[in-house]
Amino acid sequence: MSGRDALAVVHDARNARDVVVTTMATSRDWMTMPQQPLDIVFVPSAMGHATSLGLGLALAQPARGVVVCNGDGSMLMNLGSLVSIAGARPTNLTVIVFDNGVYEVTGAQPTPGMNTVDFAAIARGAGFASVHSYDDLDDWRRDASGILAGEGPTFVWLRVTAALGIPGPKSPGPAAERARRLVEALAAGE
Amino acid sequence: MFTGEEVAEVLDQLGITHVATVPDSTIGQWQGAIERRGRTRLVRVCREGEAWEVAAGLHLGGAHPLVMIQCTGLFESGDAIRNVLHDWKLPIFSIIGYRSYLNQDTLPGDTCLVFTEPVLETWKVDYRLLTRHEQLGEIASHYMACRSANRAGAILVAEGKA
Repeated sequence: MSGRDALAVVHDARNARDVVVTTMATSRDWMTMPQQPLDIVFVPSAMGHATSLGLGLALAQPARGVVVCNGDGSMLMNLGSLVSIAGARPTNLTVIVFDNGVYEVTGAQPTPGMNTVDFAAIARGAGFASVHSYDDLDDWRRDASGILAGEGPTFVWLRVTAALGIPGPKSPGPAAERARRLVEALAAGE
Repeated sequence: MFTGEEVAEVLDQLGITHVATVPDSTIGQWQGAIERRGRTRLVRVCREGEAWEVAAGLHLGGAHPLVMIQCTGLFESGDAIRNVLHDWKLPIFSIIGYRSYLNQDTLPGDTCLVFTEPVLETWKVDYRLLTRHEQLGEIASHYMACRSANRAGAILVAEGKA
């Protein structure tokens, strides 16, 4: 399955009250889909830190789901965050890794764990009780809504194909202004 | 220099909801008192850069977080500080342990003394250095000043032996 098709499943399955964090290639593709006030396009980002941002959001907003759409390269840069998440036990947080084996936005250079790393095993070892793996789009589409609605913290490993030759994401606007709008949307209970 | 009970009381009075932290031998001693007081939740992270982004998420979600790390973790945190404080312009406050400031017996010539304050200045963090117990009240006064101005700030706590 392509990363974009797998991401579109998240777009369709997310609850309207969920906060969805995207980063790097998932941000690029997410911005081609209809946007909602609770979307966080984490561009610009700090390398690998979408999962940490999601942990903070999940702890602050326990009554709504938080979904982090991460890449494998980004996940490898902050593997410890999986242990931090499992330790903090946010039942409303889902981390989804779109694993294409490469740093897609920099020109598809291989990641250190290309074809060898087992993200599901890492997540289980970190302490996630709810761990899922998919490499078939129909299977992922069948289960996605139930997984996002389930009790977490949840980890989903999606093995996807890379989109080659497509530039990385461009910032959709001043980050501080987007932060202010998100705070207002959350405070308003959207 | 400060007891855990003293720091926990300050955090409580300031309404700090969460402390994202990696301990050192000084600030780590405060964790028990913070947890016993029960008003501020500790979020233990594996590496200091995480702490800034966890605090960012907490802030965006309406909480009142604080980052508590050692200066060595400040050095590790560069990309996250750049992103949180300057890209997203979030007013995250921090308490940073200043290793070896009061005593270099363990690490003579500790380079933390060379780089800590210049790094804070490079990242444009408005900080106050506390070297005496009598300065405890400056944690609250500096936090409130930064909060009123909606800007990031830090307290640098002088530490003894590493």
